[in-house]
Amino acid sequence: MTTYDDQLALPSGLSDGPRQPLGIFARPRNANGFVDWLTTVDHKKIGIMYGAASLFFLIIGGVAALLIRIQLATPNNTFLSGDAYNRIFTMHGTVMVFLVVMPMGAAFANFLMPLQVGARDVAFPRINAFSFWVFFAGGLMLNTSWFIGGGAPNGGWFNYAPNNGVAFSPAAGIDFWNIGLLITGIGSLTGSINLITTVLNMRAPGMTLMKMPIFVWMTLVTQFLLLFAIPVLTVAQVLLAADRLFGANFFNVELGADPLLWQHLFWIFGHPEVYLMILPAFGIVSEVIPTFARKPIFGYPFMVFSGVAIGFMGWGVWAHHMFVSGIGPLSVTAFSVATMFIAVPTGVKILNWLATMWGGKLILNTAMLFSIGLVTQFTIGGLSGVSHAIAPSDTQQTDTYYIVAHFHYVLFGGALFGFVAGFYFWWPKAFGYRLGERLGKWNFWTMVLGFNLTFGPMHILGLQGMPRRMQTYDPAMGFGLWNMVASWGSFILALGILMLLVNVVQSHLAWRRAGRPNVGADPWDGRTIEWSIQSPAPSHNFDVDPAVTSLDDFWHRKYQPDETGKLRRIHTGDEIAQPGDPTGVHLPAPSYWPIVLAMSMPIVGYALIFNLWLMIPGVLLMTLSLWGWALEPADDLDPHDDDGAGQGDSASPDGGDGATAEPELETVS
Amino acid sequence: MTDTAAREMPLEPENELQDDVAVVDDHGSDIAGHDDHEGHHSSLGLSNMKLAMWLFLGSECLLFGALISTYLLSKARFLTELVALNPRVLDGLRDGGMPEELIQEFIAEGSVEPIFDIPFTSGSSFILLMSSLTMVFAHKAVSEGNYRNSRVWLAATALLGSTFMAGQVYEFTIFFREGLTYGGSLFGSGFFTLTGFHGAHVTGGIIMLLSLLVLSFRGKLQSNRAETVELVGLYWHFVDIVWVLIFTIVYLIP
Ligand SMILES: [Cu+2]
Repeated sequence: MTTYDDQLALPSGLSDGPRQPLGIFARPRNANGFVDWLTTVDHKKIGIMYGAASLFFLIIGGVAALLIRIQLATPNNTFLSGDAYNRIFTMHGTVMVFLVVMPMGAAFANFLMPLQVGARDVAFPRINAFSFWVFFAGGLMLNTSWFIGGGAPNGGWFNYAPNNGVAFSPAAGIDFWNIGLLITGIGSLTGSINLITTVLNMRAPGMTLMKMPIFVWMTLVTQFLLLFAIPVLTVAQVLLAADRLFGANFFNVELGADPLLWQHLFWIFGHPEVYLMILPAFGIVSEVIPTFARKPIFGYPFMVFSGVAIGFMGWGVWAHHMFVSGIGPLSVTAFSVATMFIAVPTGVKILNWLATMWGGKLILNTAMLFSIGLVTQFTIGGLSGVSHAIAPSDTQQTDTYYIVAHFHYVLFGGALFGFVAGFYFWWPKAFGYRLGERLGKWNFWTMVLGFNLTFGPMHILGLQGMPRRMQTYDPAMGFGLWNMVASWGSFILALGILMLLVNVVQSHLAWRRAGRPNVGADPWDGRTIEWSIQSPAPSHNFDVDPAVTSLDDFWHRKYQPDETGKLRRIHTGDEIAQPGDPTGVHLPAPSYWPIVLAMSMPIVGYALIFNLWLMIPGVLLMTLSLWGWALEPADDLDPHDDDGAGQGDSASPDGGDGATAEPELETVS
Repeated sequence: MTDTAAREMPLEPENELQDDVAVVDDHGSDIAGHDDHEGHHSSLGLSNMKLAMWLFLGSECLLFGALISTYLLSKARFLTELVALNPRVLDGLRDGGMPEELIQEFIAEGSVEPIFDIPFTSGSSFILLMSSLTMVFAHKAVSEGNYRNSRVWLAATALLGSTFMAGQVYEFTIFFREGLTYGGSLFGSGFFTLTGFHGAHVTGGIIMLLSLLVLSFRGKLQSNRAETVELVGLYWHFVDIVWVLIFTIVYLIP
């Protein structure tokens, strides 16, 4: 059964014949260990790598945050110089937004979405690998600015013009911000095309749009937001690169340019961006809460359409970031009203989660606690957000810590808490064991305490008038007390995040010591079809395409109403789970070219910043990898086709018969 | 339990339950329906590649939308400052070597019109539009299996596209000689960035067309690959439509 053979094939025509055009472009098979991770095209491994990379960047962004809090703990502190402070808060914001929250959403979208729609992989597995590696390459390149090119960027994560021009920021830091994020943007764009195609076109038979899990819906909306938001940011970045590197004048006020152009482009991207950061977390808790409230999600169509409404309305509110930039009273009024309206679909979601929990038999495990944490803390952040929609109020709050408090409540208290809920919930599906519940509860309560101690006081500081991005303050300002509280809180919060990492290590070791017991296909009595396959999810996902007949399909296969109309369990999840038999399943082979192509991008980036001669190796590598990509078989030839040719890869010691694909199927880690 | 039975088990939970539970019967019919289409399906009845191309083009709309807006803003701000005789703006043009008469014409007309050669650009625009026609013929020829004609039309499309590009290079050279440089003015930055981005897209399309031609000569472009030609065609038509927009907005609307 050659499941996605045709769909996977790039239409180069080269996958038809048994002949391998160039031996050097053979796709690796039997990759194991390190090389396996570098060349994999498996959406689950790619999702896990997105998750690992975002945790890695979380440590960088988190250390930057702690440095900021040390500096602000006491008045007139000299722990960080003004220059260092600027670089550190810029990198904190940039890393957290682009390299932590966004890829963490991508981690769940990649790992989970194909499993939830019953697909064997995403639509374009190699492009998927490329999306990850190009994100990672861009992120690494951005972070090399700590060491080279005169220091990290210092223009804030929003990098406003004209401060980002050569005249005010001559060092290369801004270029690293610009080019690095341009590169990660390529990954976001290819990723969004790939994931939207997968959702729209590769659903299991019977899974109509209105039978998709909420997480899939939120992924779809998120990826559409990316698809349309990224090109706008790309244009802003291209204009800035043209200005800084090639002497163009887009933000050159001397020649009449309007620097507000940057703000408009940035926030046309930037507001959809905030929704595409939070919607995956909304999707996650919309899966977790019904599972542990033991009730179906309340108002499924409302959940779906409020998400879609957010997706549309998110495009009409960007100028609420610019109320004090002089855009005129009419614009301010229009955007103010639009922003108040967008609170409605968000409120609908919160009510639906509450109604789902209402009267349910709540199981308060760690995943559920983190989900409730999201609902609570996001509500606080959402309410302070509505207070920004009121322009006169916002005029007072702009550039104060009140704003900082607001977006940390939605992005940390909301998005990140949701992601941690997702980690606890789907960890068994990804790795075959649960994360410890005892440490998990400690993890949750420490994070809640630390989070609210850190960001709660910032509301007060902001209303007291403490400006953002200020390196230090005078004791007479009266900011000392709450800053000290926030700084203590930040270390408690860091401890909470550390507990998550410790829990991962500890739970893994405990599982290994116990001889790797099988956690079972369905450890939580789940509702959606990813729980109908073994844990950890086998490489090929589904032995046969699942046939879906209803929302929460897996649940309905386990529970049926009896004569009296009462729901009764007729099967356990493990009884009806697919056994994980890969017989006859054909998976795309791994490939070197996604990572090689991705790695050529920062070389071109460095060439633009430092020396155009570097273009030569960069472009050569890019061309080579594009050729390699196009010339290697779009898919390894189906070993069960009986075409007798295998890969035509005489170098392969195992003779290239069909069996060589099998060992790969068993290695999931 | 045999291998096949094991693999079908999740779809038919327990045989004895089949009579009781209507849902399970539905599953049974789904299996049959599913086997009909050879193990894979596309939910929208549209191939993944084609869907992906449409999504990509949707994203490109925003890219060009932002670039066109940037151009319009840049041109407007440039003209405002120029008509107000902002000395820095005048110096920028003079440093690029723009003759004084042309600068005065810009100021007198309050427009950048004087630098354009509308008949020339209309001609090259017509050539690009014709290439969309030949692209349609190329797709038709490939799907009908007429390989000789498909090569002719693919080559014609690539040639027309290259002619357009040659026209753009020529136009850029002329403008540059007349003192419109990339860094000399806001208008120059906006104009060259917008048209240059479009030119890069056309160049990408020409490379795709030439690759198709190579495939065709190697006998790899059979009628079962007609969709590949269709995808390149989609992209090519899109680039043409964007040019119609750019030509109208940049050259025709004063
Ligand atoms: Cu916003």
